[in-house]
Amino acid sequence: MSQTISNGLFGAIGVTAIAYCLAAIGLNVHFGYTGLLNFGQAGFALVGGYAVAMPVMNWQWSIWATIPVVIIASSIFALLLGIPTLRLRSDYLAIVTIAAAEILRLLVSTPKLVHVTGATDGINSFTNDIQNTIPGFLKGKSVPLWEKQISDYEMWVMILGWFLVVLFSVGVWSLMRSPWGRVLRSIREDEDAARSLGKNVFAYKMTSLVLGGVIGGFGGAILVIGQRNASPGSFQTQFTFLTYAIIVLGGVGKVKGPIVGAMIFWFMINVSDNLLADWTDGSGFQLPTWVMDSSNFSFFRWILVGTGLVLLVIFRPQGIFGDKREQAFDVR
Amino acid sequence: MSDDAFADVPREPGAAKPEPILVADSVRRSFGGLTAVDVQHLEVQRNSITALIGPNGAGKTTFFNLLTGFDSPDSGEWAFNGTSMNGVSPYKAARKGMVRTFQLTKSLTRMSVMENMRLGATGQTGEKLWVAPFKFLWKTQEDAVTTRAEGLLARFKLDHMRDEFGGSLSGGQRKLLEMARALMVEPEMVMLDEPMAGVNPALKQSLLEHVKGLKDEGRTVLFVEHDMDMVHEIADWVVVMAEGQIIAEGPPSFIGANQAVIDAYLGAHQNTDLGV
Repeated sequence: MSQTISNGLFGAIGVTAIAYCLAAIGLNVHFGYTGLLNFGQAGFALVGGYAVAMPVMNWQWSIWATIPVVIIASSIFALLLGIPTLRLRSDYLAIVTIAAAEILRLLVSTPKLVHVTGATDGINSFTNDIQNTIPGFLKGKSVPLWEKQISDYEMWVMILGWFLVVLFSVGVWSLMRSPWGRVLRSIREDEDAARSLGKNVFAYKMTSLVLGGVIGGFGGAILVIGQRNASPGSFQTQFTFLTYAIIVLGGVGKVKGPIVGAMIFWFMINVSDNLLADWTDGSGFQLPTWVMDSSNFSFFRWILVGTGLVLLVIFRPQGIFGDKREQAFDVR
Repeated sequence: MSDDAFADVPREPGAAKPEPILVADSVRRSFGGLTAVDVQHLEVQRNSITALIGPNGAGKTTFFNLLTGFDSPDSGEWAFNGTSMNGVSPYKAARKGMVRTFQLTKSLTRMSVMENMRLGATGQTGEKLWVAPFKFLWKTQEDAVTTRAEGLLARFKLDHMRDEFGGSLSGGQRKLLEMARALMVEPEMVMLDEPMAGVNPALKQSLLEHVKGLKDEGRTVLFVEHDMDMVHEIADWVVVMAEGQIIAEGPPSFIGANQAVIDAYLGAHQNTDLGV
C-alpha cells in the first residue's frame, strides 16, 4: 500500500504531471481566460518537444540553445492557426487546431522523415547536456520519496520543470490581474462588447494564442526531456483532452487550477493503476477475473477516470478553485 | 444648442442639417434577395437626440451595425466628424468616438460591475502586454479610471452593485450598466439600440433623464426605439425607416401625423373597404 501511495505521490510531482501542468497553464490562458477553443494543445506540445530534440540530434546544438527555438516555433504554429481562424466564430479555431495537431503528429511519424524526426520511434539521446549539468548535490544520488527512489536525472528535470511551472504561473497571474487580462476576460464573455468599447479583439486573441501556445510548447519540451525520447506517441489527441480534464478539475480560469489539477489527476491515475495492477497480479486480494484481469485493467482505469470526471462536472462544475457563483450564469 | 437648430430643416427624408456629425450616402446592404438597408442620404445633427424608428424588420439595427463597423455594406459611404468610416473596424469606430450599445444587452456576466466599467476606459497603458505584468506602471491610471467609473456608477445609481457580477443584474440594470460603460469611452456620439426594451416603467423615467443628460454633456445621441412615449419625450428629431429606406424625417410632433409613417406601421389600406 505504501508503495502505491509513493508511486501516486511521484505521479503528482513527477515529470509527466509537470508537462501536463505546463500544457494546462497554456490552455488555461486560451480557454479559461480568453475563451478560445483550442483543441490542439498536443500540437503545441509536440512543436515544443521536437524543437528541443531535433536541433540537438540533427545539428548537434546545445540543448540550452533550443530554448528560443521552442518559443519561436510555438509562436509560428500559433500564428499559422490563428491568422485564418481568429476572425471567425470560435468553432473554427477548434476544428483547425485539432486537425493541425494531428497533421503534425502524422508528419513527424512519416517513415520518409526518419533521419530528421526518427519517425514513430522518435528521437533519443539528445539529453546529454541535461545529464551533464546535474548539480553536484544530486549527482549520482537517488532521492527517496517514501518508498520510491527518484534518480538524479529525474530529480534534476523535476527541479527545472517546477521552476518553469512557477515562472509561468507567476507570469500568468501578473498578467491576468492587469487591464490586459481584463480585456482577455471581456473577450471570453462577449467579444462584440469588447469591440464596441474600442478593444482590438483580434490582436488580443492572437497574443493569447501565442502566449498559451508557447507555455504548452515548454510542456512538450519538459515531457520529451523527462522521457529522454521525443516520439509522436506522446502527443496524441488524448494529450489535449487530458489537459482539458486537468483544468476542469482544478478550476477553469484560475491560476492555481492547472497546478492542483495536474497533481491530483496524475496522483489518481498512478494510484488507480497501482491498485488495479495489485488486485489482478495473482497474489493477495484479487478482483474476480470476469471483472478484469492483468491484461485489461489499464483500460478499466480510464473508465474510472471518466466516471470521476463526470461526477466532478455534475457535483462541482466549478472545479476545486472555481467560484460557484460564476457557474450560476448561463454564458451565451 | 437649442432645439432651434432644426427650425430651418425641411421635414423630408434626407434633409440637410446645419451641423451634421454623421453623414451617410447610398448605404446599401442586402442579405440574398432581401435588401435590408437602402439609405439614400442621412445627416445626424451634432449635439441632438435623434430617434430612429420604424416597424420590425425596417433595417434599423442593420443600419446601426453598418455605421459602427459590425457589418459591411454592399455599397455606400458614410463619414463621422468628416472622416470616412468605410471599412473601419468596430474597435476603431469606437476609438473615434462612436460607441454603441446592443439591443440584447451585452453585460460581461462573469466580471464584476466595476470591471465592466473599467474595461470601457480607452488608452489604458496596462492593456499593453509588456506593461501589464508591472502593476506600478499602470496603478495610477487604474485609480483614475476607477474614480471615473465610481462617478458614473453613482450617476446611474449602480454604485451599490459595484462588486456584483454583471450576470446578477436585472435586465434594466444591465441597460444602465451598458450605457454607463459606453460613457467610459467618452464618446462624442452614443448609439443606443433599443435602450428601453425590457425596462420596467419605474426605471424608464430615470433612463430617459440619463439620455437627456448625455445631450446636456454635449454628446450626440442616436437611438433606435419602439417606445413612442420615449421618442416623443426626448427626441429632437425623428427618422423613420421602413423596408430599409428612410421614409420620413421631422420633429416628433410632425411624425405622428405623417401619412407615410402611418402607412408604414399600419398598412396603406387600413381605411379601405375591401368588401369582405
